[in-house]
Amino acid sequence: MDVENVTALRQVPVSPASRHFSLMRATLLSQVLGRVGSGILVLWAAITLSFISLHVAPGDIVSLLIGEQLRTPVIEAAIRAEWGLDEPLFSQYLSYLWRVLHGDFGRSYILQTDVATLILSQILPTLKLTAAALVVAVVFAVISAVATAGLRWPRRIAGAMELVLVSTPSFWLGIVLLFIFSFTLKLFPVAGDRTFSALVLPALSLGLSLGAVIGQVLREGLERALEEPFALTVRSWGANGLTLRLRHGLRHAALPAVTLTGWLIGNLLSGAVITEQVFGRPGLGKITVDAVLGKDLPVVLAVAILSAFIYVVLSTLVDILYLLIDPRLRART
Amino acid sequence: MTPLIHIRNLAIGFPKAGEPNTVVRGLDLTIHRGESVALVGESGSGKSVTARSLVGLTGTGAKLTADVFDIDGENALDFHERSWRQLRGNKIGFVLQDALVSLDPLRRISQQLSDALGDGSFFRRQDRHGESLTLLNSVGIPDPARRLTQYPHQLSGGLRQRALIATAIARGPALVIADEPTTALDATVQKQILDLLAERRRAGNTLLLISHDLAIVSRLADRVLVMRNGQVVEQGPTAEILSAPSHPYTRQLLDAIPSASSRGYRLSPAGHEARITAATTQVPATAKSAERRRLLLPPKSIDPQRKVLTVDHLFKRYGSGAASSLVVNDVSFKLAAGESLGIVGESGSGKTTVARIVLGLVAPDAGRVLIDGRPWSQLTEAQRRTHRAGIQLIAQDALSSFDPRYTVERIVGESLDSVAIFGAERKRRVLEVLDAVRLGPAFLTRHPRELSGGQRQRIAIARAFAPRPKLLVADEPVSALDVSIQAQVLDLLAELQAASGTSLLFISHDLGVVHHLTDRVVVMKEGRIVETGNVSAVFAAPRHSYTQALLEAIPTLA
Repeated sequence: MDVENVTALRQVPVSPASRHFSLMRATLLSQVLGRVGSGILVLWAAITLSFISLHVAPGDIVSLLIGEQLRTPVIEAAIRAEWGLDEPLFSQYLSYLWRVLHGDFGRSYILQTDVATLILSQILPTLKLTAAALVVAVVFAVISAVATAGLRWPRRIAGAMELVLVSTPSFWLGIVLLFIFSFTLKLFPVAGDRTFSALVLPALSLGLSLGAVIGQVLREGLERALEEPFALTVRSWGANGLTLRLRHGLRHAALPAVTLTGWLIGNLLSGAVITEQVFGRPGLGKITVDAVLGKDLPVVLAVAILSAFIYVVLSTLVDILYLLIDPRLRART
Repeated sequence: MTPLIHIRNLAIGFPKAGEPNTVVRGLDLTIHRGESVALVGESGSGKSVTARSLVGLTGTGAKLTADVFDIDGENALDFHERSWRQLRGNKIGFVLQDALVSLDPLRRISQQLSDALGDGSFFRRQDRHGESLTLLNSVGIPDPARRLTQYPHQLSGGLRQRALIATAIARGPALVIADEPTTALDATVQKQILDLLAERRRAGNTLLLISHDLAIVSRLADRVLVMRNGQVVEQGPTAEILSAPSHPYTRQLLDAIPSASSRGYRLSPAGHEARITAATTQVPATAKSAERRRLLLPPKSIDPQRKVLTVDHLFKRYGSGAASSLVVNDVSFKLAAGESLGIVGESGSGKTTVARIVLGLVAPDAGRVLIDGRPWSQLTEAQRRTHRAGIQLIAQDALSSFDPRYTVERIVGESLDSVAIFGAERKRRVLEVLDAVRLGPAFLTRHPRELSGGQRQRIAIARAFAPRPKLLVADEPVSALDVSIQAQVLDLLAELQAASGTSLLFISHDLGVVHHLTDRVVVMKEGRIVETGNVSAVFAAPRHSYTQALLEAIPTLA
């Protein structure tokens, strides 16, 4: 930095400056690419692990893949052909990798359908629910944190409310919401996934406890940021409280909250299982439970790889968000 | 014409658990347009709180009373938050110290200037590119278009502080309050900022300066108020206060400034120790009237034949390829037994890296370090460990160099591990060194957080002296301290060094401190030694242009 300053004092022409920026953008891009690359590595490891687990699991692979379906020579031959079980192990591995990369997760012999089509048909409702819950969580967290940070009584009240929400199981919250808004007030449908209004209650029951956790972290970060010297500077410009909190404080508070949110979305997907049951919604949760109970290994493996994929995407997103939020984390040259 | 600021009998307190906790009392302050006024005092004197009260930012829980509290003719005691917001930035601008943390680190300079130019509301906001450029120009930032797109951490300390000043003057306020505006800066950068403020002063702008440094104040202020424990103890025209202070505390502050003329004398009053009276000496004939009788420091005994430290053609490069930089470039010097050697340079000059190499914490790329004529830097860590007790470090930030869970007894005692002193003998030695730094046995059970900044630095000194080292490396040991605390710590260092015969490698960016304390000096710039020699000779007749620039940058009492 010092060297740079010296050159600046000598009134350098504009061209080195523009080069400086393209350099900066290049380092940001290379950092992003690096993170995407490590994400791909993790994904490859997950696929490999699921392949290995299939082969080291006790018992014969054919009966593992068939699950509780009746074993007939026809099906057995079909499986042997599909998984290439007569070929050497390494070429089995390569062709498995190749198939997974092409979105081919094999066939579920219990459900008599392609695993990929099965998951595709069920993933949309789950993603819808997760996204809606995330929106609920973030909106709740931001409002609760911004409105109460640093204020003695409001923050106590909000803190108590959040504690209740965090400690309430989401299915219980779901049942309570159903009782009040569906059965008593008849505002929202009881079950299904046909209309937007059917999304409201499941999203609330899943998102509120998440929002409560994020809200607490966000409030703490916001209060820390408001104690920083720059907050005094901003106030000395005549900024009002809302400007200080939204434009300056929130970004500082977002760093820890973004990490936490990334982790929690991963949990949302597994949390969705119960909520989907309570509200009678279709979704990934239901087929996962069915597959595990029915020992439908192709579906289980596909779900495992899919959840690894989701975690990788989320943590990559979190890392990139970090770089966007905090310029100091971008390469220092 | 009504004064800009007119305050009578101001009191500010932070009531807690029924106690008033008054931090400012009975303060009268009047600032006319075009005037430059300074509040001077050590930390805790109430000067910053007073400044913040002028923009209504004393903080939650503060209780403010006054007989008169007028800002530009309006009674600010009746102000609500909205009135204060209209005043901030419009009528009064505020500059804090250390722009690295006083500007929002996550926002570009352009965004922050637009914020400062705007009316502070969240919804009516616009990008004010043209005005921002003009502002950056007006505070002397070269290449402003490029700087606008950068973040605070991408600017050097000086440019950052200028940008911060630009935000404060964005809407042309009648009064600018500068709270320690140059405290974290290097001498030459400090000079640039002071020049900028002086230029604004000449242009007729009103300034309220908050500082603990009388030298800065003497350059910028027409009038000075000296504060102590929340009260103004003395006030008057700057020249008068500095040349003929009437209050003993003002004298004490003036005496605490280390400089060429304070060499060999104590900076702090000796307190209640009786033995000092005999050692009182006359002032040197050339001294100004502000310098009264000083107390002599005990003489050092230097053995020029015995070289405790030999640094021989050191090189160190950080990074690799095109991005690498030569941080230490052919550095050689020697340090005799009992001698003090100052290493002077600005941040980035490589002086701290040299210290780390001497301590054996960083390996040099080429060259070697000898201790007592024997190899040191070439040894393996295992070989070095048995000799480590002989070289001790005093760091700038004492607090972060302590384990927060340890007691003082354990912190100081820990340094005796390496010389295998345990049990009752250890306790005796700990008490001995604590006594040497004027801390009683009551401190044994304290924790770092319960100590003041000065006490912490004394503990750090006690810890360093405990194993009777032959070489002490002090890396900016007083940079974070107020002038008066700095005076006490420097006196202690000088006393202990004289008594123990330890050699001292003293690293600092403050030339006054180095001139006061050390015998010889090494001036570093960009990893190289540009000048070296006897400290008085070098500072009296600097040969290298960089040394000259550094010396010119020192704010001296006008």
